[in-house]
Amino acid sequence: MAIAKVCGIETEYGIQVRGAESNPVAASSALINAYVSGTLRNIDWDFGHERPGTDARGFSYPDSFAPEIEMQLVNAVLTNGARYYVDHAHPEVSTPECLTALEVVRFDRAAEEIVRASMTAAKRLLNDGSEIVTYKNNSDGKGNSYGCHENYLVDRATPFARIVSQITPHFVSRQVFCGAGKVGSELAGTSSSAVPYQISQRADFFEEEVGLETTLKRPIVNTRDEPHCDPQKYRRLHVIVGDANMSEVATYLKVGTTAIVLAMIEDDMIGSELTLANPVSAIRQISQDPSLTTTVALRDGTRMTAIELQWAVLERARKYERSHGLACVGDDVAVDLLARWETVLAGLESDRNSVAHWVDWVAKQRLVDGFADRHHLHPGDAKLKAIDLQYHDMRADRCLATRVGLETLISEHDALTAMTEPPETTRAYFRGKCLQRWPGEIVAANWDSMVFDVGREPLRRVPMLEPLRGTAKLVGALFDECTTAAELLARLDA
Amino acid sequence: MAEHTQKQKQAPSRTEETIEDLPVGAQQGEKLKAELDDLLDEIDEVLETNAEDFVKSYVQKGGE
Repeated sequence: MAIAKVCGIETEYGIQVRGAESNPVAASSALINAYVSGTLRNIDWDFGHERPGTDARGFSYPDSFAPEIEMQLVNAVLTNGARYYVDHAHPEVSTPECLTALEVVRFDRAAEEIVRASMTAAKRLLNDGSEIVTYKNNSDGKGNSYGCHENYLVDRATPFARIVSQITPHFVSRQVFCGAGKVGSELAGTSSSAVPYQISQRADFFEEEVGLETTLKRPIVNTRDEPHCDPQKYRRLHVIVGDANMSEVATYLKVGTTAIVLAMIEDDMIGSELTLANPVSAIRQISQDPSLTTTVALRDGTRMTAIELQWAVLERARKYERSHGLACVGDDVAVDLLARWETVLAGLESDRNSVAHWVDWVAKQRLVDGFADRHHLHPGDAKLKAIDLQYHDMRADRCLATRVGLETLISEHDALTAMTEPPETTRAYFRGKCLQRWPGEIVAANWDSMVFDVGREPLRRVPMLEPLRGTAKLVGALFDECTTAAELLARLDA
Repeated sequence: MAEHTQKQKQAPSRTEETIEDLPVGAQQGEKLKAELDDLLDEIDEVLETNAEDFVKSYVQKGGE
């Protein structure tokens, strides 16, 4: 049976300084420092086990390192178990490990609140009228893209080649409900009259079917093999093909449907009938056709629309639910996911306005088209591009996504609580609680270990190689019973 | 907005069953259009005043 689909999401935000000169690396550092200095003692990230150059296909690139090692950029671990850091020239938040798609949405919402709080804190610190502004999108409209990556725990025993071939049809077609929408195209030689609007922010940037790269020649399936847990038992599938979503339901469907498809692949229940002839051109063709009528070729020669592909995946998921159950993605959440998956496909097919409160690209297109009609604007007008950008604006008084009536799944209270409280059902609970209780005794932390300094003894590393250990259920009592970090370590030894 | 709703609501009671669906659909359409109009009014206020500069100055380094 498929293992629990522990999952998380990492989002790089676009960043801009208004009212002063600055470079994006300095601005990202200032933004994160403004938040971290006001909320907690800075705990360093521990790079000891990071191996971003290891390829899931079995080889490795010895010269690749996490870029932060060389640049000494800001890198903090938060009490909710998340990581908040500068990646290249962007502020990035990685949610803690979550057990369900709904938990991912809760911590992605918390990440948005953390970024908003950072903007407010930075403005106060700068105190010169200038302002650091962030955008939860994936492109600057000029050919530069930054990512929103998902991560899923997968059984190491599942052949990687099967994952690649069987997840690809889902990655190519799921954009119909989780695309964030984009005005124009960034492909060389594509005019704004040829592609005035497309479904995905990211489709323009994918050039390969499979590979290790994330910054150039981006692949639909990324092969980074860095499990951050027991490598004998698990893989972490690092997914780079998605858009950052403003819609909570879109994030929920993106993560939830992908977790279900991965469980089906582990149990070998999806088959290879949906294999595409040319995934790279298919992902672009689908993105560039908001009418949703474009068909793409399957390897067996038949042609299907993206919606038909999705109906076929959903049908297999229903069958899988009956034969295997959906405990590995959270039973109650899975039932709700399947129902919404069906609703969104039916809505897109019959009357897309009926799902404009769930689907970012539909909500954004209504604004862009409505505005163009009202003001008689042509495709390519800067005002339409400004609407696109401002849809993702993290300033409350400028953000358009918060004005279009998107359905919310997470209350404001729950999002705010998740800024500081970790999830209870993964090892992130242990990480977060230790940071809350004994920040002075923790010298470093990363996904799969924490390093304590409790005085007399040498530094103590506590390994956390099992993502489902360290939960509230398993260690909650320890935190009630121990008053010092030294006591905790002694209890863990016993 | 209220006027639109009023007009549309009367329609089904005095029409044949076969076209009953149409006014309901149209009513929904009117409602959506009215909502969109309100939204577009708001965008006129919220949108950056110099859209061209705003869009041009938004330049990012690639990430990931």
